[in-house]
Amino acid sequence: MGEERKLRLLVGKVGLDGHDRGAKIIARALRDAGFEVIYTGLHQTPEMVVATAIQEDVDAVSLSILSGAHNYLFPRVIELLREKGAGDIAVFGGGIVPDEDIQTLKQAGVKEIFTPGATTESVIAWVRANISPRPLG
Amino acid sequence: MSDAGSPKGGRRRTPAAWEAETLDPTVRKFPERPVAFTTVSDLPIERLYTSDDLGPEWNESEKLGFPGEFPYTRGIHPTMYRGRFWTMRQFAGFGSAEDTNARFRYLLEHGQTGLSTAFDLPTLMGRDSDDALARGEVGREGVAIDTLADMEILFRGIPLDRVSTSMTINAPAAVIFAMYLAVAEKQNVAFAQLEGTLQNDILKEYIAQKEWIYPPRPSMRIITDLMAFCSRHVPKWNTISISGYHIREAGSTAVQELAFTLADGIAYVEAGQKAGLAVDDFAPRLSFFFNSHNDFFEEIAKLRAARRIWAHVMRERFGAKNPRSAMLRFHTQTAGCSLTAQQPLNNVARVTVQALAAVLGGTQSLHTDSFDEALALPTETAVTVALRTQQILAEESGVTNTIDPLGGSYFVEALTDKIERDALAYIERIDQMGGMIEAIERGFPQKEIADASYHYQRQVDRGEKAIVGVNKYAVDGERRTETLKIGDDVERAQLARLQQVKAQRDETRLRRDLAALAAAATTGENLIPLMLACVRNYGTVQELSQALVPVFGTYREVSVL
Repeated sequence: MGEERKLRLLVGKVGLDGHDRGAKIIARALRDAGFEVIYTGLHQTPEMVVATAIQEDVDAVSLSILSGAHNYLFPRVIELLREKGAGDIAVFGGGIVPDEDIQTLKQAGVKEIFTPGATTESVIAWVRANISPRPLG
Repeated sequence: MSDAGSPKGGRRRTPAAWEAETLDPTVRKFPERPVAFTTVSDLPIERLYTSDDLGPEWNESEKLGFPGEFPYTRGIHPTMYRGRFWTMRQFAGFGSAEDTNARFRYLLEHGQTGLSTAFDLPTLMGRDSDDALARGEVGREGVAIDTLADMEILFRGIPLDRVSTSMTINAPAAVIFAMYLAVAEKQNVAFAQLEGTLQNDILKEYIAQKEWIYPPRPSMRIITDLMAFCSRHVPKWNTISISGYHIREAGSTAVQELAFTLADGIAYVEAGQKAGLAVDDFAPRLSFFFNSHNDFFEEIAKLRAARRIWAHVMRERFGAKNPRSAMLRFHTQTAGCSLTAQQPLNNVARVTVQALAAVLGGTQSLHTDSFDEALALPTETAVTVALRTQQILAEESGVTNTIDPLGGSYFVEALTDKIERDALAYIERIDQMGGMIEAIERGFPQKEIADASYHYQRQVDRGEKAIVGVNKYAVDGERRTETLKIGDDVERAQLARLQQVKAQRDETRLRRDLAALAAAATTGENLIPLMLACVRNYGTVQELSQALVPVFGTYREVSVL
């Protein structure tokens, strides 16, 4: 029985939103917590995020959206992951998302939304409890 | 100063004596709260400030002067708010031009005294609503503007000769400005009458706000073209709003906010001079934009230090002779990043304290955040409370009865001096690197900000920095509040309008005008008149922005975590 490999997580800034303070903090905190983290940088299209996620063979994609475009971008990324046969990659994220939209996003398949006030510890704990390594091959 | 309480005929009682005789016995029995007494930016704050903290070198004439006189520490006008309140200028924009026009008129009817325009992300990035990258973003973060047709609707019923307009736009600022000028033409308002501000501060985009098209150096060319054009044709227009707000929102400290902003300002003045402009011809129309965060006194001291540093920079470094070149005029916005989604009404209290700091810091113009903005763009109710907050401060609090009320406070003067020293040290470091553009290319301010923001988050996570309603006095499930909804129909309607405008314009003439604009990128001819020609004929934000790409190139960030 081999060692449990480190979880691989993508932290993505999707859409035109340039507010990257939170995404960078989350990326750094997750890395410090021992995960493998790929930070995409800014201005990624949903297609680019999905391509990177598959190429990097990540276990989960997290998206940071503060632009109000979350109701389009989250479902779009999930749709593309499924189209590419990578629907088992979990999607979660955070940003500026009103309460009512969180429910809708969860129904669309987003696993969790972290909003202002969430501590980095709570994100790390949630990842440990909810994200598993995807089976290889 | 009288020494009431000191022994008759004796020497002044010292702080050391007070500590030994009165303080220490008390503290032994009743220790102070076990917290670090620092500002939100971690500047240590003493228990008490006395004249000793100013020191023998502190000289009132040199450090303070009088309002309206160099170095302007106490304010740039001789009467300040006794002459005129600050401009109450709420940042607004969402959905379509019609939606935002309605919000503009609502705010003006409710007593705001200047306009401030928020554009949507596609517009901010120089993209049209029908671009692939705009999908899902149209009208969400601000108003969607593609052509002059949208600008005409945006300012319908608003007389541009009587209302000053600020526009938060950077990468395509010149394009949007050309559209604004074209609207003025349609209203028969002469350019010389127009008052307002273009944010147009591209350097802070690379540092913090991250809305760019071209790389830094070609972007400076557009800015100096705007400066030259305005100094001749639009003399009352503030060509740049050199901004610290976004730098602070990205997580910098107060000192970094101040230092990076002024270093950006230095870079713009150098660029203007290099472009052949005399400093006194454009410097009076530079303006600034600061954040007002939670730490009341740190913000006041920061703003006073800003005025003093800039006055010296303009006079001594740049040899400005016109007193107005040395006056740091600024707008302030209360800190968006301090707002909580939990217990949203608490934000009204936060914004009030932050707004008061801006007023005691001598701001010329102020935006107060709405209590629901950690959740969405402001509802009408929320923005009204924010505006009324300003009006209450102006009309009821009495703080506007006198100029720079905190001047002479041992604490505030010591803190002003401290922030000034620390900011100057940063500016010196940036000078050593060769200036702000070089510093940006090296990733220096970006890394400072990333580290400061991570450090602050660790403090919050550990409970070392309290956030009421979040890590202290939190109550489960308290977030419910009505929020503004932007419907999907906004994007659909905007796409339809854009298609219609394109179908009705003179395509041939536009192609020719766009080619002339592109050619000027190489010849060095001033871009603004050429942009004006394109926008009059309904060229789009993206068409004009892209016309310059073959020569200017595009910018790609190397992320710094």
